[in-house]
Amino acid sequence: MRNPLSKKVVEIKPSGIRKFFDIVNEMDDAISLGVGEPDFDTPWHIREEGIYSLERGRTFYTSNAGLKELKTEVAKYQHRRFGLEYDSVSEVMITIGGSEAIDGALRAMIDDGDEVILPQPSYVSYEPCIVLANGVPVIVELEEKDSFKLTKEKLEAAITDKTKILIMPFPNNPTGAIMTKEDLEGIVELVIKHDLYVISDEIYSELTYGGNHVSIASFPGMKERTIVINGFSKSYAMTGWRLGYACGPKNILSQMLKIHQFAIMCAPTTSQYAAVEALKNGDEDVEKMRTAYDQRRNFLMKAFKDMGLQCFEPFGAFYVFPCIKEFGMTSDEFATRLLKEEKLAVVPGTAFGDSGEGFLRISYAYSIDDLKEGLDRINRFITRLREQKD
Amino acid sequence: MQKKILDAISKNSRYSTEDLAAMLGTDGNVIEQEIKKMEEETVICGYPTLINWDKTENEKVTALIEVKVTPQRDMGFNKVAERIYKFDEVESVYLMSGGFDLTVIITGKSMKDVARFVSEKLSTLESVTSTATYFVMKKYKEYGIAMTGGKVEEERMLITP
Ligand SMILES: Cc1ncc(COP(=O)(O)O)c(C=O)c1O
Repeated sequence: MRNPLSKKVVEIKPSGIRKFFDIVNEMDDAISLGVGEPDFDTPWHIREEGIYSLERGRTFYTSNAGLKELKTEVAKYQHRRFGLEYDSVSEVMITIGGSEAIDGALRAMIDDGDEVILPQPSYVSYEPCIVLANGVPVIVELEEKDSFKLTKEKLEAAITDKTKILIMPFPNNPTGAIMTKEDLEGIVELVIKHDLYVISDEIYSELTYGGNHVSIASFPGMKERTIVINGFSKSYAMTGWRLGYACGPKNILSQMLKIHQFAIMCAPTTSQYAAVEALKNGDEDVEKMRTAYDQRRNFLMKAFKDMGLQCFEPFGAFYVFPCIKEFGMTSDEFATRLLKEEKLAVVPGTAFGDSGEGFLRISYAYSIDDLKEGLDRINRFITRLREQKD
Repeated sequence: MQKKILDAISKNSRYSTEDLAAMLGTDGNVIEQEIKKMEEETVICGYPTLINWDKTENEKVTALIEVKVTPQRDMGFNKVAERIYKFDEVESVYLMSGGFDLTVIITGKSMKDVARFVSEKLSTLESVTSTATYFVMKKYKEYGIAMTGGKVEEERMLITP
């Protein structure tokens, strides 16, 4: 028989998270600080709207780009929260999570061999999606000394005459880094100078602590060269509903919509009705969850300080990214031993790119009590390691 | 800071001072001072525990009583309410808008207990003109916390990207 498989697909490395997931799954009584989704249930008024839509028999396809009402609410929301102005008819499309929007944007914009600048550590899906679209990922390694921000110097060094797209993964999973208005200025300058396009993954835009998120699309001259990706998973605790969206210039969106129309048809109808309610009446829920995350973030930072574990202060998402280089182990070894010896699952930083080596991703999408239990285990583990070293 | 503390303890009064301080990014002294101040100002009035008595051997009966009163001279609603809420068995008293004046929630050991309270204590007050008593059959939720169902299981997978 012939080999049924595509070389391109076979060559894609399985996600580092997947490997770890398999190990964790074999332990029956492990606890975890390794989850990348909110611990909150979707607020009831949003779920209720989903249930109601089912009761009303709204069980059909919506138009390809999504419910008109939802697109209108998305445009209003982007304006209200981030000062962006999108035409709800031609510049907004509803997708199956931010995930589909990432894939669609890359596929719509990449020709064979186009280079895509990808800052890492970052979310696991960008790199394989670039490869699947026949693009060439050019990795920029973010560093702790820069608070894991993308600097102008690093970006400039990565740009070639083949560069077409820059991925902006902020607020960042796994580091929790954000880019402020000032941080973005230099980036914007280069993007415009080199005529690049930006895919800005703003899925954590509601989860910033100490200041509102600034979208790179809000800079003059940037809206027409930026696809903003956002969604409901993180801000409204709706991961399982599989709903996100892309906003951007019509010429790009219409091609993304073509892919979506043939590959997906439309995003789930029930989720779309629920999402209308989320955007209309969910601001307070978001605020509440943000407050809770912020408390946990403070709690973790304090605990790491007390343990003497180096950790830069993250201002976004719900992750901390402590440094474990003092123990002379790889992230993988550390995480594996922590799991075996203390039955605590965390994610090795390398699951998000080679530059995550020496770090761990610890999620604070957990109650204070769960965090305490997890921290106790980390503390026991590193105390033992330090004793052995002496 | 006061608002932050209140938000943090409104659903869980058992956080230790150190934990609260860590969560709110301040130190323990500040927390203690602020809480003390709020206790003195009776912004914080107490720290009761939410108990589902139905799950214990002890039986408790709760009733909601709609009370109509005629405020007497020199004795407005506040005075009447006070005469009612001083009784130990009275859990809550609210002044209402609408068809009646006070909502009184009381708990007793038995229906007889409650009936005795209404007939002997409440309706005999001079200013009380009528009462209507409703017994609570089941409590689903109190203080924003669901009382039915068991412990919620973790539904999330242990590791997700
Ligand atoms: C940075 C980032 N982008 C996108 C996603 C995908 O989210 P969804 O497809 O649920 O919207 C995630 C999920 O973990 C993420 O962390």
